[in-house]
This record gives sequence, structure tokens and C-alpha cells, in this order.
Amino acid sequence: MSDPSGSNGGYRVIGSRPVRPDGVDKVTGRAQFGADFHLPGLLTGRIKRSPHAHARIVRIDTAAAERLAGVKAIVTAADFDLEAAGEIEAGESASAIRDVAANCLARAKALYQGHAVAAVAATSPEIAAEAIDLIAVTYEVLPHVIDVDEAMAPGAPVLHDDMFTRGVSPRPGTASNVAQRHVMSRGDAAGMLAAADIVVEGRYTTAAVHQGYIEPHACVASWGADGQSLIWSSSQGQFLVRAMTARILNIPLSDLKVIPAEIGGGFGGKTTVYLEPVALALSRKCGRPVKIVMSREEVFLASGPTSGSSIDIRLAARRDGTITAAEMTLRYQAGAFPGSPVHLGCMTAFACYDVEHLSLIGYDVVSNRPKVAAYRAPGAPMAAFAVESAIDDLARQLSMDPIDLRIRNAVRDGAKTVYGASVRSCALVETLEAIKSHPHYSAPLNPGQARGVAAGFWFNIGGESSAAVHIDEDGGATVVSSNPDIGGSRAAMAMMAAETLGLPIERVRCTVADTASIGFSGSTGGSRVTFATGMAVTEAAQKVVADLRRRAAQIWECDVADVAWRDGVATCLDPAKTVKPLSIAALAARSAKTGGPIAAEVALNAQGAAAGYGVHVCDVEVDPETGRTSIVRYTAAQDVGRAIHPAYVEGQLQGGAAQGVGWALNEEYVYSPEGLLQNAGFLDYRMPVASDLPMIDTVLVETKPNPRHPYGAKGVGEVSIVPPLGAVSNALSQIVGRRMTALPLSPVRVLAALGKI
Amino acid sequence: MSRTVVNAVVNGEAVTFLGGGGQSLLDALRDELRLTGTKEGCGTGDCGACSVIVDGRLVCACLMLAPEAEGRRIETIEGLAENGRLHPLQQQFLEQAALQCGFCTPGLLMAAKALLDHTPDPTESQVRYWLAGNICRCTGYDKVIRAVLDAAAQLRQAEKRS
Amino acid sequence: MSGVDYLSPASVSEVIHALKTDGVRLMAGGTDLLVQMRGGRAKPALIVDLKRIPGMTGIEEQDGAFVIGAAASGASIGEHPGLARAWPGLVEAVRLIGSSQVQSRASLGGNLCNASPAADSVPALIAAGAQCLIAGPNGQREAPVETIQAGPGRTTLAREEIILAFRLPRREKRSADAYLRLIPRTEMDIAVVGAGVNVRLDEAGHCIAARVSVGAAAPTALLVEAAGAALVGTDFGPAALARLEAAVAEACRPISDKRGTAQYRTQVASVLARRAALRARDRAAA
Repeated sequence: MSDPSGSNGGYRVIGSRPVRPDGVDKVTGRAQFGADFHLPGLLTGRIKRSPHAHARIVRIDTAAAERLAGVKAIVTAADFDLEAAGEIEAGESASAIRDVAANCLARAKALYQGHAVAAVAATSPEIAAEAIDLIAVTYEVLPHVIDVDEAMAPGAPVLHDDMFTRGVSPRPGTASNVAQRHVMSRGDAAGMLAAADIVVEGRYTTAAVHQGYIEPHACVASWGADGQSLIWSSSQGQFLVRAMTARILNIPLSDLKVIPAEIGGGFGGKTTVYLEPVALALSRKCGRPVKIVMSREEVFLASGPTSGSSIDIRLAARRDGTITAAEMTLRYQAGAFPGSPVHLGCMTAFACYDVEHLSLIGYDVVSNRPKVAAYRAPGAPMAAFAVESAIDDLARQLSMDPIDLRIRNAVRDGAKTVYGASVRSCALVETLEAIKSHPHYSAPLNPGQARGVAAGFWFNIGGESSAAVHIDEDGGATVVSSNPDIGGSRAAMAMMAAETLGLPIERVRCTVADTASIGFSGSTGGSRVTFATGMAVTEAAQKVVADLRRRAAQIWECDVADVAWRDGVATCLDPAKTVKPLSIAALAARSAKTGGPIAAEVALNAQGAAAGYGVHVCDVEVDPETGRTSIVRYTAAQDVGRAIHPAYVEGQLQGGAAQGVGWALNEEYVYSPEGLLQNAGFLDYRMPVASDLPMIDTVLVETKPNPRHPYGAKGVGEVSIVPPLGAVSNALSQIVGRRMTALPLSPVRVLAALGKI
Repeated sequence: MSRTVVNAVVNGEAVTFLGGGGQSLLDALRDELRLTGTKEGCGTGDCGACSVIVDGRLVCACLMLAPEAEGRRIETIEGLAENGRLHPLQQQFLEQAALQCGFCTPGLLMAAKALLDHTPDPTESQVRYWLAGNICRCTGYDKVIRAVLDAAAQLRQAEKRS
Repeated sequence: MSGVDYLSPASVSEVIHALKTDGVRLMAGGTDLLVQMRGGRAKPALIVDLKRIPGMTGIEEQDGAFVIGAAASGASIGEHPGLARAWPGLVEAVRLIGSSQVQSRASLGGNLCNASPAADSVPALIAAGAQCLIAGPNGQREAPVETIQAGPGRTTLAREEIILAFRLPRREKRSADAYLRLIPRTEMDIAVVGAGVNVRLDEAGHCIAARVSVGAAAPTALLVEAAGAALVGTDFGPAALARLEAAVAEACRPISDKRGTAQYRTQVASVLARRAALRARDRAAA
């Protein structure tokens, strides 16, 4: 492993900004995404969805649809072949496979408007649509519940009559909508709060928000007559798609090859399956390939947003600003099946701060909404919204600078998190100071403008990854990665290989392999690809370098210890030999005589991922007569370890900040009293457009490279969505003159807070 | 289903396809002509991923009916590079990392091209408002705007020299 | 969207003839129709494209009065220098509809006949005193724009009538218009509330005529006569503006929906009307 303790200098490729190797395909329309794949005989699949928020499915009558010419297959949950229930790692939220299957096609009940109940495959989109209309489903409509606090209240309609809250002792005798209660605590928070100099408290609510990837879910499934099948899928994890689909259809993993298409955004939302088991079940029934693509409306109705939340917080502090204790109760919506990220909210809420006494209680609550899926730092932004707002209140009460207050309480290396890990390679203080000394922080504000800051944390994970490095006969290299590329990771993989091998970046190409062509990998998510898959790539390249040195030694008939390797060239250190240096190309040309093809594959379980910390500062302006908010200026700083490709790291900060701004200002799921979604489209689900944002300045703090990664990298993709909710709200609250506690901060809410309506 | 023969010019070449029965121009481009570079993000004109240029006007292909293509000149992402040479917009997007997942990129490039075709020296604000119809969820738009402004400068330079 | 036929006739009489059958929808830019078809809310058997009919997409000036084809695109309206000079409010209203992509297609005829209460161009057309030129089986007629909207999604047009064009009055000296709307983002939203104001001043800058129209605050765009009257004879001082705002608030009958509450719409409608009045006044005085 190289020594990361130096400055960013000293690398040939790492830290530079080459054009990504897959870039030309993406700017010319050549890149093939989920819906772009075509096979001969392809059928169109469509899904029939519940119009009711909560209903018993009495009968599904497919007879008329089956008679329609051009309809080749119809499936319901009965066509799944699920064995025993179990758990499958799915991005950052583990899901019981039974629930995933029931979410793909409903069993006894439709649990949300849009819940899939049947599917057809037909020879044209028009016939498929007609067949959907011809399927007659008899429902017994049931009372529904949408809001998380209402779902927890006694007397609420219960979704699952076998749901007895886990984590509660004694086990409840009646079923409820509370799937699980999580507790995370240390010290005596209650006692410290009772005796505190200062207590800050509040109740905060956030609405459900969708990841908002522009590419709807899409897949093609093709069943072979011998049972060997192919799936082409827009997904963050081809191995995950294979595992879930194979389990749901009861087929051996080796009989299912999953090819990851280029993916048009995921942010965690594509770390599960919705369409693949359905498409493959249809294909199995008729023996023809089936393509299913969700419409935008279906994406909103039936794919996981992240949880809305209701959070209570109490903070205790001394007059000098030291936060001594905190109590939080977090209630997160899981949607129709359990599995909200509330436990992650508990773990991350105070991860930036060294608070001795903590009590964090989280409730995972189901209600009649789509099943939530991971969304960029799942569970953390909502908790941080509450914490960062409370800290802002504390700063105000103490007349302390909000950055100074955070520096006083910030974790440093060696501190212990509430979930037991020790803080290491942490540059939070440096990141706070970077914001404090940034020109933005001291820039003058115009009347009607205000500035807010907030910090945020994300664990980043390691995990299982595989990669191969092949040397081509002409001395170039191909990297084979196990992970779909959602943000430009192929560039980083190629760069790490190029750096290790000593090749120019233009001679190293990177491809993403299907499940049959590379070893197992965990999904693309958890900010782990540059770290874990990058580690596999680097180790594979190191093995190749070792092999190349051995071959040089063989050719020169010298000791391998006398072979130096530098910048892609082997030189002989033995003074007794007069030989010319050998480049990779020269060694490749003689590969047959020195042991055969030059390649290495590494499969590992990467340990040593380091957490990331972000600090954002945001200036907002509000029209006092309409409540409309503008973002005037935005700066995002983040502790990134080492930026392998700085432009793509900057892009992660900017993208996460933009999503957080949307979450804070305008994005939310709007439901009618009947439990029907009112804004299932980009018109009324309001994500930021280009004119809504200014340039987003970024500061990459690289003072603490991760010593456990060959090039010092930490995950960077998720932290950036954690601070914006607090930063925007802290600024807006100043203008309004009141603490804003409910997101989104829509013009109606702001004008009401201003007392104008 | 009532499909008729449609004749159009796509990326400078005469094409003929069957269109109609409520099919959009987007459906026709992707399914009849197999030009899958133009994407469907929403199907209702709210995201701009399907942006193409028709007779010099930027439109959402999902909001045009396939038969309307009759007799028209259509430019899609597949025609932006000329004979394998990238357009300055494509080059700038690559050099400035103005794309991450790349799904919105074809629409953004066509929209940016339409802007620069008639406004060769736009301000940052003009670029942002012109591109408001192209939603990007990955980049936060910063590098996209910079790439468009720099491509505009590059094109003005080239224009001066020629 | 199966089985729907498409026709692109070159004469008005062909269109009127086609309208005799059931299941026909007219199409200008298609920015509403195709969305409705996509959402299953419209299932026409035949779509009749109006854009090839002479005059439908053009903009002409006749004796100082503009005639805008019902299917003229927002982009072409925005590019017409004479129109932008004479009617900046109407042009800015049209130019607010949708994105750059939608602007290449969206039209005044479509905006009015789609009859969304939140249509952006309608308050500006009403404030301008625009007339619709309508063709039907019995010939042509003219009617003020404010008489066309019947309610959300409905017009007062007879089944076989189509709007050919919009005629704006001759522009008097020292007169100008303005349109403002409130949306949560900066673009791409349907108006939560909108206000169009058209004023005429005397040589001293006093208001001698005013029309105030509010959108998205009632089932149809409102012509608030009392608000216009509040400005006439004044120099737009605080008392006059307060009366204008009160008149607008009194006239609003909005709903609460996913885009805003009734209270919010009423409150902000007054604010926008006042701001639009001042902007129109500044333009007229310049």
C-alpha cells in the first residue's frame, strides 16, 4: 500500500482530471440504458396496479385479457415460486425477500395506490395497455392510513395482521403498524437534561421525497428453453438483481445472467427489484423476451421514495456551548412494508458531535404508501435536519458563532460513536474551519437575505467487490469492474489502475461486467465503489505489476528483487547485467514465453472504509410578500480523504447539495384524503431546475487521507445530501424570525410563518 | 391501428417510417428508427430528456405526434458529432465532467445547441433559464452551465477565425 | 393511445367538417393534448392538426392592431419585435408557459381552449381586451376572450367552432401591460396565481384606463372591474393600490390544492396585481 500521509502531490494520475473512458458514449447517445436494449421477438410488458390505497384483493379475473389477440402471458403473485423467507443484502437496507416479492406482485392485499397486482406481456404496447384494462380485479376497499404519526395512533388501520412490534418487551399482544423499535443510548441523557443549564427542544417533520432519477426503471428478461435466462437491467447491483430474482422465481443463480445496463441515476433507489422478477416470470410463461419500462407516474406511485419523518429532539448544553446530552425520538415511514432507515437515523444523528449522554429511539412504521428504498445516506438527512436546527437554536441562545459552536463539539479521532465504532481519519474540524475561512462565510448579505450552516455525516461502507486487470498484447490495460457506474466510477477505476501500473490514463479502459463475467460484488451504493472496488482494482493491478517484474526477471535471468518498477517500465538493478529497460508493451509482447496471458483478478471484502463529514453554508433570500425562497449562494465543503478524480468528487458534492435543496424547499408527496397520490409527475413533484440554483462552490478537504485505502480514498457520494436541509432551514428561519420545523419550506408555509396568512 | 408512411430528414438523411396511432415522435425515433439516444424521462414534457430540434426549433419529442414529422428536418443527439468529430458542447461536457449518469445528457446537449444556434453569447442566467426544461438530478447543474458557456466561447472563437 | 387517426388539413372548412363526428380533438402545439392522452384522460378517435391552416401560426399587424394566429407558438410570439414592444405583458405571459421546448409549440389557442384556470396567457389576453376570431359552420364571429372560458376544462365554444386568431386592439400612446405569476420554483410550474394588468396614462401620468385580470384564483380567469376602476383617475398612489388589492381579494374564489391554499392564492393575487399595475405603469410612462 502506498503511503497516503503525504500531500496530494507525487501521483502521476491520481488527482488529475482526465476525460472518463466511457464518456463519449454518453455524449453521443451510444450508451445503452435499460430501455434501449432490444431482442428479436421482444414483447412489451405492462403492470396492472391498485387504484386503492388499501384493499383486500378478492379476485383477479384474467379471462378476457387472455383472449385478446397478441397477449402472450399474464402473471400474478401465484406465478412467483418463493421458498423460505430470508434476508438479502440490498444496498443499505436489508429486506425480507418475501416483502420484496409481495411488493413486486401483491398477494392478498393491495397496500398502496399503485401496488402491482398483475402483469401482461403482449406483442405491442397498445395491446398490452388494452389487456391491462381487460383484467378485472375485485377489491374490498379497506380504511387506509398515510401519515406516520397517524399510523402509530391506536385505532389506526393495520396493514399486516402479523406485525407485532420487534424491539419492545414484552412483545405486544395486538398487531400494529410499528414494525420495530430501535434503541441506541449511552450515559444518562434524561438525568443530564433535567440538570442542564440550557435545553433546546423541538418537533420536526419531513415529507417523503423521491430519489428523482431521470431514468425510469427498465429491464428486459429472456427465459431460455433450458431454463438459462438473461436479464438486462438498469440497476445499481447486477448481483443483487440476480439474487433477488432467482430467489423469487426459485431458480439457481448460475442459470441467471444479469447484464447491468448503463444506469440513468439511482441514488439508492435502484438497489432493489420491482420489474425483473415480473418480467422473467412473464418470459418464463411464454418463452419470449419481455421488456418492461415504468412510466414516470409508475415510478412515483410504485418505486420507493425515502421516508417521511416525525422527530422529537431535546438537547442539553452548558453555557460554554458544550452539548452534554440529547434525547431523540424518530418516527420514520417505511411505506407498505417494514424497512425504513430509522436505525441509520439513530446512528448518524449525533455522529458529528462528541456528546457523552445520548438516548435515541427510532420507530419503523408502515402505512399505505409505496415501500421505501434507500436514498443517498438513507435516514441521515432527516435526523440531521432536526439536530442541525437544534444546534442552530443553541448557537442563537448563546450568541455563539454557529461554526465555532460546532467546532467546540465536533468529534475528533479517537472519539466513540453511539454505535460503538471509533472515529478515525476524521477531518470534520478542518472542514468546519474550511467553511469558516471561506470567502462565502464572511461575504456581506443584502437586506432580506440570511445565511445558514449545517454539518453532516455518513459512514461509507466497504464490502465485497471483485475486479480484474488484463494487459493487452500491445501493452494497454483493461480493467473489469464488478460495479455499475452511476457517477463516473469507471474514470476512478481506470485512474487507480493506471497509477499502479504506470501507464498513461489513455491506455487504460474500464468495463463493467455482468454476473457471469466477474466475481461477486455488493451493489453500487454506500459510497463504496471507489473505496472497495477501487481497492480490488488496485490490488489486481499490483498483482499484475508483481507478475510483470517476475517476467522481467525471467527474461533478464536475474533476481526479482533486482527488478525495479517505475512508471510502467522495469529496469534491472543488477550491475552485472547490461540490459535495456522493458516496458509493459515489451513484456506483453513476450507474454507467451514468460507464463502466458498477463492478468489478475481480485475478490475481496474491503475493510477500513472511513466515514465522511460535510459542512455546507447557504445564503437564501425570501420574497416577504409571497414566501418564495431563492438560493443566492451555496458552498459545500467535505472531508473526502483523497479525491481520485477531483471533478467527479466535486460533482458528488454539487449533486447531493442540489437534491438537499429540493428536499428542503419544494419536494414532497401530496396525498388526497382517499390516500391517492396527487403529484405523481415532474410537474408537481418539484425538483430543482437549472434556474433554481446558483453555482455551487466546493471545497475538498484532503488533510486526512484514509490510510486503509491504497490511494487514501474515502467514500464521497452520500455525505453531501445530509447538511443542506439544515443549512437552508437555518438561513430561512433567520429571515422568518421563527424556527421552521416542517419540510418542505414551501411558499405557503413560509408566508404563514411570516404571519401574512 | 392507423399508421401512415412518414417521410422526414433525420440528422441530414432522408428516412421513411411508419407512424401514427397516437405514437409520439419520441416513440418513432426510438422504436421505428432505433435511434435510442433520445430518452424518455417522463413522457409529458416536464424533464427535457427527449429534446430534439425540429426545423430549427427545440422541442420535446414526447409532445409531438409521429406523423407531424412529415417533411421536417429533425436533429437528434446521434447527429451532433459530425463524421466522428465531437461538437464543442460534447467536448466541453466531457472535459468539465458535466455529466454523471449521462441520461439527461443527450437532451441537455440538444437544448444547449439550440440555444447557441441563435444566442451565441449567452449570460449564465440566460443559459440557466433556457435549460430550465432539462432536469438533471446528478450534477446540480454547475458544471453543465460552465461547459455550455465555455463551448459558446469556443464556438465564437472558431467563428471569428473562419 | 391505440387506433387514433391523424389529420392535418389545409382549410378551415375541413376542420369544421371533421368536428361533426364524435371523438375528435383539435391540436395546435399538443402540449396539453398529448399529456392528457398519455394520462388516459383523453382518448380521441381522431386528432386534427391545425398548424397547416393558413393564418393559424402567423402574426400580422392590421392598422396598428395585431392579429395572432391561434396556433402561433410562444417562441414566435416572443420573437416578434413589434408585438413585444406594444404588448410586453402579453408576450411575457405567453413566454412563461412551460420550458424552451414547450415554447416552440405552446399557443394562445391551446392555452385558452385547454381552459385550465391557471393558464398564463389568459389573464394577459383579458387585460389587453383581446378578441377571439371564431369560425363555425355558420361563418365567423368575434368574442372577447373573457367570454370563452366556461370552467375548468370547458369553453363556451360550440362543438363545431374553432378559434382562428386573437385580435388585439390598436395600441394607444402611453399604454402598456404587465403579467406576473407566482410559482414555487423559477420555471416549469403551473401558476399558483397570476395577474395581468393593462393601463393607459394621460400626459401627466395619471391612469385613464385600466383592466385587471387574475388567474388561478377562480374556476376561470377573472376580469376584476372594480380593481381597474380603483386605478382610474389616480396616480397609482398607496390609497389607490390598497383599493386595487382589496378589490382583487374580494373577487378571488380560489380552491386549495396541491399547488397552494385558497388563502395563499387570495393574498398573493392582490400582491401580484399591485406589482403588475406598477410595472405596467412604468412601462407606459417610459
